Amino acid sequence: MFETTTLNEQNRTVEKLWRTLLLVMTLLLILPVLVILAVLVYKGGPVLSLDFLLTEPTNGMTAGGILPALIGTVWLVSVALLASVPIGVAAALYLSEYAPENWLTRALNLAIINLAGVPSIVHALFGVGAFVLFFRFGTSILAASLTLAVMTLPVVIVATKESLQAVPQAFREACWNMGATRWQTIRKIVLPNSISGILTGVILEVSRTAGETAPIMFTGAAFFLPFLPQGVFDQTMAMSLHLFVVSTQVPDVPEALPYGVALVLIAMVLAMNATSIAFRTYLRGRKKW
Amino acid sequence: MKEQRINEAPAIVTESLNLWYGTFQALFDIDLEVSRNKVTAMIGPSGCGKTTLLRSVNRINERLGYVRTTGSIEVLGHDIYEPEVDLVQVRKQVGMVFQRPNPLPLSIRDNVLFGHRTHRERGVKVSRQDEDEIVEKALREVLLWDTVRDRLAGAATELALEEQQKLCIARLLPVKPAVLLMDEPCSALDPNGTEAVEELIWDLRGDYTILIVTHNMAQARRASDECVFMLLGKLVEHTRTDKMFVAPKHQETADYIEGRYG
Repeated sequence: MFETTTLNEQNRTVEKLWRTLLLVMTLLLILPVLVILAVLVYKGGPVLSLDFLLTEPTNGMTAGGILPALIGTVWLVSVALLASVPIGVAAALYLSEYAPENWLTRALNLAIINLAGVPSIVHALFGVGAFVLFFRFGTSILAASLTLAVMTLPVVIVATKESLQAVPQAFREACWNMGATRWQTIRKIVLPNSISGILTGVILEVSRTAGETAPIMFTGAAFFLPFLPQGVFDQTMAMSLHLFVVSTQVPDVPEALPYGVALVLIAMVLAMNATSIAFRTYLRGRKKW
Repeated sequence: MKEQRINEAPAIVTESLNLWYGTFQALFDIDLEVSRNKVTAMIGPSGCGKTTLLRSVNRINERLGYVRTTGSIEVLGHDIYEPEVDLVQVRKQVGMVFQRPNPLPLSIRDNVLFGHRTHRERGVKVSRQDEDEIVEKALREVLLWDTVRDRLAGAATELALEEQQKLCIARLLPVKPAVLLMDEPCSALDPNGTEAVEELIWDLRGDYTILIVTHNMAQARRASDECVFMLLGKLVEHTRTDKMFVAPKHQETADYIEGRYG
């Protein structure tokens, strides 16, 4: 009475088909990543050397290294982080822990979603108008980083809100019922239990801005500068813009050079991501619930 | 606070208390007097309003936002719905224990001290030794000291459920509450845990007024001085526990405690 029927067979075949199809689709997804990495390593690998990382471009940017661009990107991302993290975390704390369910909260959430949808070139123009001209920062690291910060604020807020909301509601209720205020609850329970998630999530999101070109090219990133930035009011070279420049704007660049720049840029972003993921995994192991 | 403790007003008095969730009326004209330093059990079928009534006594219900209340609730002779009443002070005097133990993700020691630190005056320094004494006293009161004395720095969330529940009671005590509200405090525990926590509740009476919601008839019978039977948002009967279980006045009460209802 327990033998296979034709219907069972048919269902099993369909099952297998779908399973295979979905697997193939998933594999297709990682194909571009692998191809990109392979091509970059194959073509750009040869130019990589310590000299490449530690010297300035020479011969009209057709030779030499990428040091000013590398340092510039580190500046841009760091200052952007310094600006967007406090504001983003504060906004997320308000929205997650205080905001009542009303029209203002709904409007704020809607604004954040919309801000995330603004194209980066529009952010760039906003950055020129607001930071370069209105605040008179000029084209500088500060103006470029603030533009990046505005652009990343929505993702910082969303990542932070997710981390905050991962702290079980029961803990908050327990605190409130002992007479603790919202702030006491945040400071003693909510933040200590979500700070790791917040930091890693935020670093993960903001490190992606290392690759952004449009928002910085009008606000602070320079075509070529033979020196390193000394402060936030200097202009700077940046990896992403440098890649654009050596790929399309400069004649007689050896073929391997742009690939080398791209490879370093990707390695930077991946390294930041890997660090933050490792950090998160480590901290998750020590959760107290 | 001292003279209020001495004066002999009942611990909790509600007068024609009505409560609505939106348009749904959950409590109808509740007049209840809860005696001081006794255990009062509230029984009744699910949805009869006993938890709602319990939660009104430290005003947690209001957090839902769409709750409307008329009538009054006095705790220790003071109306807690007066406009000048500070919720933080209400919750200090009226502690609450929940169905599921909810220790905070801190050490056992920090859990016990949490409320005390929250209510401490700004800038007041309490020595480590004084804190140790507070912790020991509270844990002894809930019969947990001997079990956890060697691992006070350990995570509270790793204790057995029954121990967690005792800890949740212990952390209310350092701020010296007058009333402890308990919402089915044993329903997440196994029979042994239930027995241990019931014993503890019985042990705490005399020092605290305890109002406890339970679905467990045997528990109400074993571990309470007085018993309140509620049905459909109305208070049906309130007498001494031994009386209620031997000779209930109302037919509905008799039906319920004998299992013919709910």
